[in-house]
Amino acid sequence: MTTFLRDTATVFSREVRPALRNPVALVFEMGQPLLFLFLFGALLDGAVGSSWQWFVPGILVMMCLTGPMSSGYSLLVELIGGSMERLMVTPLSRTAMLVGRALKALVLLLVQAVLIILMAIPLGFELHAAGVLAGLAQLVVFGVGLGAFSFVLALRSAPGGTLFYVVSQSILFPLLLLSGVLLPLESAPAWLRAIGQVNPVTYVVDAQRALFAGDLADPSVVYGTASACLIAAAGLALGVRAMRKGLIRG
Amino acid sequence: MIHARALTRTFKVKKERVEAVRGLDLDVEAGQLTAFLGPNGAGKSTTLRILTTLLPPTSGTATVAGHDVATEPAAVRARIGYVGQRSSAGEEFRVRDELVTQGRCYGLRPREAAARADELLDLLDLAPLAKRTPGTLSGGQRRRLDLAIGLVHRPDLLFLDEPSTGLDPKSRAEIWQHILRLREAYGTTLFLTTHYLEEADTMAERVVIIDNGRVIADGTPEQLKNDLAGDLVTLTTGTADDAARAAAAVGGTAEGTTVRLRVPNAAAAMPECLRTLDAKLVEVVTAETTRPTLDDVFLALTGRSLADDDIPA
Repeated sequence: MTTFLRDTATVFSREVRPALRNPVALVFEMGQPLLFLFLFGALLDGAVGSSWQWFVPGILVMMCLTGPMSSGYSLLVELIGGSMERLMVTPLSRTAMLVGRALKALVLLLVQAVLIILMAIPLGFELHAAGVLAGLAQLVVFGVGLGAFSFVLALRSAPGGTLFYVVSQSILFPLLLLSGVLLPLESAPAWLRAIGQVNPVTYVVDAQRALFAGDLADPSVVYGTASACLIAAAGLALGVRAMRKGLIRG
Repeated sequence: MIHARALTRTFKVKKERVEAVRGLDLDVEAGQLTAFLGPNGAGKSTTLRILTTLLPPTSGTATVAGHDVATEPAAVRARIGYVGQRSSAGEEFRVRDELVTQGRCYGLRPREAAARADELLDLLDLAPLAKRTPGTLSGGQRRRLDLAIGLVHRPDLLFLDEPSTGLDPKSRAEIWQHILRLREAYGTTLFLTTHYLEEADTMAERVVIIDNGRVIADGTPEQLKNDLAGDLVTLTTGTADDAARAAAAVGGTAEGTTVRLRVPNAAAAMPECLRTLDAKLVEVVTAETTRPTLDDVFLALTGRSLADDDIPA
């Protein structure tokens, strides 16, 4: 166990160092969510009540979909290059290789989430501390699941990589758009709402909005948490299976 | 250091069984520098991947550095070093950071790992590049970094997969200088694949040739060349007719006015050969002898040339 923790720390510190060396890049990576936040937020102000209250949680879910997914991408790049192979010839724990990476993605996500919240406060975002903390905890669970899915996808896609791009591009955007992250689904036609109803991300988004509004007792919180936990459980189960098969090609 | 018995590995490619390695036996003693040669698809890389624990064998056993690759991979990993065909360093990471990480992977404490990283930066002339990322290095510098990464834990046995492929002659010479110096200083056992046959010929003490998943030749470069190929004697005559008669008399092949024949020892065979031709009244214009290459060995064994093979990028 102690070697596992040491190995996880080794991987985590390897992964996090480039971000620490260049913290400005962290803000640039947030460019797209920030742009969405400010453009759509200004655009929708009044249309959905307080647009910041409505938008901030949506943007956080969006970052959760792109952040952990991109950690799968960085794994894929290392699988295609030689660096993953080199690490696999060392005694480093295979599980720690993935856990350390996932931890880095989650820490990054939390830092970015806090930055977004801090930036939104002066614009009129109302901070409900307990709700926000619960919301961030839910995001972490959701992020663990998504990160695991993206690792599995990366492992399956190596050495070519095409599969990764196809799946992540064709699934990520529909999931995002059909979850009501950017535009409210309430005013959508019935068929679109029906699709939204089977999208697990929708429940997480709804729960996040309730939590960020301070409604910890809202029923959507239960559904959202259940959805996040299911995604995490499914992702981890697949991840463990992929690990057992060996992190190896061929 | 390496003992493999009846090693096999099969893959399923589109529902078809492909036997990449079929019954490979191999023994490498400590301290040896062995070159592992073979055409693309011969099973070289698969064998290397099995020996470095990256791939479990389908059947057979392999003991590397005293431990079984299938049942004790962790013990094998702790004792071997590996420099793969592709670049070992991650693109996002600085040169020195990757060396420190590598030390941590082998359980060194942060301070020990940092000290070892600095030691290797000096040893491989990488110190000025410590803060750069791999993308900004030249091909030769990247390869030196790969070598440094493979040496962090002072392995007794180092596997090198195409260590000099794609490098310019100067960088190739540099890499070899480092490899040989390392060997002299620490007595490291080296097992490497290479596409440059002349490299294997001049650097390796032992050459193992693999084809179709089996070892087809094994010995010192000199042994293989003497036993399996022999020297080449090339004679030219004034006319094609003379060439044909000469070929018949000495047992060679004629092509235009050129006659070629293989003999175990050209220096000893030449006078006899010329005397025979003199007696047959064949006028020899030029006579030349060439030592065989490892490619001639492969050609003699399989009827194919290794040099025809495309060098992988």
